[in-house]
Amino acid sequence: MYGFLIAVGVLLLLSIIWMVYRIQTLVSVVKGSDKKVVTGSNKVNALMFILFLVGAGGLMFWYSIKEFDNYNLPVASEHGVVTDQLFWVTMAVTGIVFIITHILLFIFPYKYQYSERRTASFYPDNNKLEVIWTVVPAIVLALLVIGGWRAWTDITAPAPENAHVVELMGYQFAWEVRYPGMDNVLGANDYRLTNASNVSGVDFTDRNSLDDFSSPVVYIPKGEPVLFKIRARDVLHSVFAPHMRLKMDAVPGMPTRFWFVPTKTTAEMRAELNNPEFNYEIACTEICGRGHFSMKREIVVVEPDEFRKWVADQKPYIVNNPALVADLPLELKELAEITISEYK
Amino acid sequence: MATAESALHNATAHDHHDHEHHDNFITKYIFSTDHKMIGKQFLVTGIFWAIIGGALSIIFRLQLGFPDMELHWLKPLLGGWIDEGGKLDPNFYLALVTMHGTIMVFFVLTAGLSGTFSNYLIPLQIGARDMASGFMNMLSYWLFFVSGVIMFISLFIETGPASGGWVVYPPLSALEQAMPGSGLGMTLWLISMTFFIASSLLGGINYITTVINLRTKGMSFSRLPLTIWAFFLTAVIGLLSFPVLFSAALLLVFDRSFGTSFYLSDIYIGGEALPNTGGSAVLYQHLFWFLGHPEVYIVLLPALGITSEIIATQSRKPIFGYKAMIISMLGIAILSFVVWAHHMFVSGMNPFLGSIFMFLTLIIAIPSAVKVFNYLTTLWRGNLIFTPGMLFSIGLVSFFISGGLTGIFLGNSAIDIQLHDTYFVVAHFHLVMGSASFFGLMAGVYHWFPKMFGRMMDARLGYIHFWLTFIGVYMVFFPMHYIGIAGFPRRYYSWTNFEFTNMYTDLNMFVSAAAIITFAAQAIFLFNFFYSMYRGRKAPMNPWRSTTLEWTTPVNPGHGNWPGEIPAVYRWPYDYSKPGAAEDFIPQTVPLSATPESNLPHEQELVKLEKEIIAEEEAMLVADETKTV
Ligand code: HEM
Ligand SMILES: [Cu+2]
Ligand SMILES: [Cu+2]
Repeated sequence: MYGFLIAVGVLLLLSIIWMVYRIQTLVSVVKGSDKKVVTGSNKVNALMFILFLVGAGGLMFWYSIKEFDNYNLPVASEHGVVTDQLFWVTMAVTGIVFIITHILLFIFPYKYQYSERRTASFYPDNNKLEVIWTVVPAIVLALLVIGGWRAWTDITAPAPENAHVVELMGYQFAWEVRYPGMDNVLGANDYRLTNASNVSGVDFTDRNSLDDFSSPVVYIPKGEPVLFKIRARDVLHSVFAPHMRLKMDAVPGMPTRFWFVPTKTTAEMRAELNNPEFNYEIACTEICGRGHFSMKREIVVVEPDEFRKWVADQKPYIVNNPALVADLPLELKELAEITISEYK
Repeated sequence: MATAESALHNATAHDHHDHEHHDNFITKYIFSTDHKMIGKQFLVTGIFWAIIGGALSIIFRLQLGFPDMELHWLKPLLGGWIDEGGKLDPNFYLALVTMHGTIMVFFVLTAGLSGTFSNYLIPLQIGARDMASGFMNMLSYWLFFVSGVIMFISLFIETGPASGGWVVYPPLSALEQAMPGSGLGMTLWLISMTFFIASSLLGGINYITTVINLRTKGMSFSRLPLTIWAFFLTAVIGLLSFPVLFSAALLLVFDRSFGTSFYLSDIYIGGEALPNTGGSAVLYQHLFWFLGHPEVYIVLLPALGITSEIIATQSRKPIFGYKAMIISMLGIAILSFVVWAHHMFVSGMNPFLGSIFMFLTLIIAIPSAVKVFNYLTTLWRGNLIFTPGMLFSIGLVSFFISGGLTGIFLGNSAIDIQLHDTYFVVAHFHLVMGSASFFGLMAGVYHWFPKMFGRMMDARLGYIHFWLTFIGVYMVFFPMHYIGIAGFPRRYYSWTNFEFTNMYTDLNMFVSAAAIITFAAQAIFLFNFFYSMYRGRKAPMNPWRSTTLEWTTPVNPGHGNWPGEIPAVYRWPYDYSKPGAAEDFIPQTVPLSATPESNLPHEQELVKLEKEIIAEEEAMLVADETKTV
């Protein structure tokens, strides 16, 4: 059915084009306009530029203002406030350039459309002008870059000592979230240890891993630095937390990191947006295969106290699945068993 | 006749023995070594690929704009990729995106644009009989053709074509287990691209050699039309960067088939741990973008060259700042090699590198800005004739501004954290690279069609085509900025999994509808193009009253381009509306000594020199004549 409709549509379109074409060729031959430098169309085209300028410009302003709250994602991290500010400063600068250049670009065609009475002015160069419009953009750009460079060095500086560590490991097609436990130090891992019951390939011969636990959501405290340690176990992925203005690729064989300070709890954000359903989310932004569009994890931001309580309540891997430590050397195994009994 | 013949022989730089050409169909239309025919071959092949690439994008736009639509009607074409429920397979969605990107960037905008116009215009505008090596030129086209055939076949294999995005990052593209497209489809992609790279290199070497060696008498570098400057620099960029893509691809082949670990390390996939260690996935990205960024200028510079030429001609004004235009292009060409890592700010590379590349990237925006201002000033106080070519050129400038400005956001690494791999990037490069270059291609076709086929395209259909396409392109790509600022990631099959993307269904529908209309509007062009080729109004010799050399050839130039001697050149290509001149243009072939009324003071001094040269030439001609008669 669709196929038929499309075929009819195409045929119709072609025959209309054909007819318009024949008619206007005949008309132009009758009028003898094919011999002139320009026809009446020149004026129409010139006018169209003005119409386009007004029409498209109006549409742009109307939509940008109307939709502002929709496309402007709320921000919930300290550095996010800075990068958003850079974004809007850049928007102001480029916006002005965009508008001025387009006004000129579309007014000139109208104003200087062909007329037999006029000749174009012979104006091949003007060094002063050229210098001005090389130097001015250079200065403006330099200012913008310096702002960006400052923010970038702060954002990518080493994380504070006290940052809460969370490991995010991408795989096809989900994120595995691992916490370091009370010691705030993640246990070592080796991809060769990966199997169905040890998704992250945690190396339990490392004492630091004994209290590591995993979580279905990314739970983090408000107002304290959080360090995402990011890796991947099969192909590239990329951690994207849009409200945190955070993005970092997950690369197999090369751990990456991103630290930030969340500024609003989930509850606060829900109240602010008047949306009780609201959740912070993590998505994947590096193409990774069939399920790329569905790699979701929620982030829950809570008050620091609540966070500490939550951490204390979590059960390490080895508590949930003691088989993980069954094959350990004796000494370590005893240690592990003590840990397990502590949690019981 | 005898004199004309002999003059032709003497003026030919390389040995040109064939007196009469008895071309049969095969040597004329298929294995042709004539640059004009090869240019047309590139053009027609490029148009073919543009239709395929466009159609692929329409299919995935249907998925994005109308996610609930049942696509059973596509089953005859896509077979198993449409499931029982009439839904597109997510793997095939990625295949569509990948093939769309590959085809558009390489086959349409590199081969279709540069291949067509470098081939067609270089000899005609510099005054040469043909390319330096006609054979290499022919080889260049046929390697491109083979590359296309292989890519085309890959669309139909059972596991589907390559699907890892047009950048084909490993490990995704290296491991068959990762997705079906990384199997045979990816192998064919790599083979196809190898042929393509070889084709580009052969073409590029030829363009460079021709421009350096075969310019006619008087055609100094400072008298070259900006088109030639653009093609020349494009070829240089390609020559330096395509080999790096080849090396990236070669290492990928090793990793895929011979067990090496250039890009692979610590991988557990499909239930097993792979033995590879020590490789770096980021290495591939560096190699790829070392081509990838220059590639965007390979695509854009020829379009800018074409526009410069057309805007000057149809404004009846010299291009403003000829020297500045050349210097900007040179600057862009050089800088384009030192900004590649701005595609990798959040790839995990050292953040210090990020800072360096942020500075370098924003420097490249300066020559781009200069070009825009120069175009505007060229329009200022001109006498503008809106041929379709001129309309498309103005459209290009608009896209170049819109897309170039968003580059300033993306080049700022702090801002790019949020915008990277979102629809904001999609909007950016489709405007500045995709649409701008596509408009350059269209402008060039409309402008040089009379030279190519000896007939005129219909102007009014051209206007309709332009306005539908211009408005359409903005309707498709402008809304993507909003979607991108809202954080929508690229290469997503569906938006409904996330709260933050579970909106804008209306806007996505609008974009898809606009895309379909814009795509359909190209039928007007196709009709105009093929119809005018056979039935269009016969073209006069110089329909746009242009100054450059190609318009001094006969309406249908034969092998060797000029029946007589190649004309010499006496002035720069932009003497439009020169004060004092009788006409509003003075062709490059008119000696300064013939136009004392319009010469500028410094030109007056050149006149004496010129007279000597002319006298010398005449003496030679006379001598020749006495010899042959
Ligand atoms: C004003 C100068 C420009 C600047 C500062 C700039 C900057 C950037 C940056 C930083 C990116 C990476 C964005 C990201 O992935 O997060 C980018 C992407 C891109 N740019 Fe530009 N750009 C400029 C002009 C151009 C031009 C002139 C072209 C083409 C002719 C172009 C084509 C592209 C393409 C194709 C991509 C995306 C590639 C991909 O990820 O698939 N850009 N640009
Ligand atoms: Cu992904
Ligand atoms: Cu780039």
